[in-house]
Amino acid sequence: MTLRLRLDPTACTGHGLCADLLAERIELDEWGFPIILGDVPPGLAAHARRAVRACPTLALELQPLRDDSRYDTHEEGARHRERDS
Amino acid sequence: MSQLRDYADEAAGPRERTAGRRLTVGWQHAGRPADLREHYERYGPLPDGGRAGRRGRAGLVDAVAAAGLTGRGGAGFPTGTKMRAVVSRRGPAVVVANGMESEPASEKDQALLARAPHLVLDGAVLAAQAVGADTVHLCLDRTRHWQIDEVLRAIEERDQVGLDPIRLLVHELPRHYVASEETALVRWLNGGEAKPTATPPRPFERGVQRRPTLVDNVETLAHVALIARFGPHWFRAAGRPDCPGTMLVTVAGAVRDPGVYEIEAGARVGDVLAMSGESDSGSVLIGGYFGTWHATPDIAGLPLTTAGLRPAGAAPGAGVLFALPAGSCGITEAARVLGYLARQSAQQCGPCRFGLPAIAEDFAQLAAGRPEGDVLQRLARRLPVITGRGACRHPDGAVRMAASALTAFAADARAHAAGRPCLGAHRRRTDSAGPPIPRPGAEDEWR
Repeated sequence: MTLRLRLDPTACTGHGLCADLLAERIELDEWGFPIILGDVPPGLAAHARRAVRACPTLALELQPLRDDSRYDTHEEGARHRERDS
Repeated sequence: MSQLRDYADEAAGPRERTAGRRLTVGWQHAGRPADLREHYERYGPLPDGGRAGRRGRAGLVDAVAAAGLTGRGGAGFPTGTKMRAVVSRRGPAVVVANGMESEPASEKDQALLARAPHLVLDGAVLAAQAVGADTVHLCLDRTRHWQIDEVLRAIEERDQVGLDPIRLLVHELPRHYVASEETALVRWLNGGEAKPTATPPRPFERGVQRRPTLVDNVETLAHVALIARFGPHWFRAAGRPDCPGTMLVTVAGAVRDPGVYEIEAGARVGDVLAMSGESDSGSVLIGGYFGTWHATPDIAGLPLTTAGLRPAGAAPGAGVLFALPAGSCGITEAARVLGYLARQSAQQCGPCRFGLPAIAEDFAQLAAGRPEGDVLQRLARRLPVITGRGACRHPDGAVRMAASALTAFAADARAHAAGRPCLGAHRRRTDSAGPPIPRPGAEDEWR
């Protein structure tokens, strides 16, 4: 199953361990904060879990990709993203 | 309905020649808030005396949805959908009326609360009844003492006649650009700092006291009060099918009559500017400080709506149009706005905390015409990296404004980058006729 990396940016303090442990999906910006490059395929799941566990501030989470067809956070979130892009 | 139209016809002040005046009926008559008696004269009493039964309450949610009302606070989300989302959750709900209006160039919510506080309170109470809430929290900027006094006076007036079966509480929040974000209001009301939180959960899922919470802008609630009285069909008689109703806009900058106007949704940008006496401004900032800069001719023909502005990469936001005076330097003004936004960060997320000061410094160098290295290349690299990575959309908005300045003032940007700033850049800061930058206040006061 494909997994989604979710970062709580208010918790992240830029230790950067996640980018070392999951370089395939996380890189750091010039200030040392993670940029998530995409979802995690099954083959990378073990690495992703290691990265999540290593985070000293518990800012990183892995979630199964859900089907969100009903109205909820994601609909409004998508609108905001659209407006902001 | 006809009553409202009569009033609209009667009221034809210089600033109020637009058709479909609703929220602003009678505004030119008084420099003070309408009291309850005047309010009733304008709009009639609350439907069902404000005590609609269960069916009446569900009816309002349906009416708001059928009216096609969208949020007037900036995001433009369908209000009926949001109400339904709150109704669908278990347990008692809460309503938060957002009157913070932290956008420095926007004055419409202040004008609305100053002239028609009871319309806002009606809407808040009706919305609360419709979604099953027993309390309305009205959030205001604590530095606006006059506004707070007047709103409290209006609530007292209602209490004296026992008007509302709903508790109306006024809260005075610290003044910050990001403090008006809906999650910041919820966090503050729950006893925390007025800083945005990561979502989900969004307020409708878990908000004030962990209850499902409807957060609506005060203008949105005023429209709800009118839809409850006159119905969705009436609401749709103004505006266009895809963007019904009227909206308040704030027009500022190089215009003869700056101020707040009520326009029909779908009015063209150029017509709104012309209505306020714009002449030869050259460029305009649309949507506020999270908005975008455009050469006026490029955008004048577009409707001031979410869909209408999308082709130009713009959005109406909270309805702010700032016309940049001819002779002002767009790069310099954008740099000032960006510096302000960087200082207004809640300092919670790395990309905002470090990224915004970095691009603000790039813009300051560019504005001064003394760049270190290839500043345009550096900005081209940095801007896209910051977007979408904060808990709230503060960094995204700042980046959008900055990026649009580099496009709208591309020739100026190249000249500045080459060490040839334009004349307007040499004006002293205090002489700026650009977008207003609030004086620093209690920057560390978040509670």
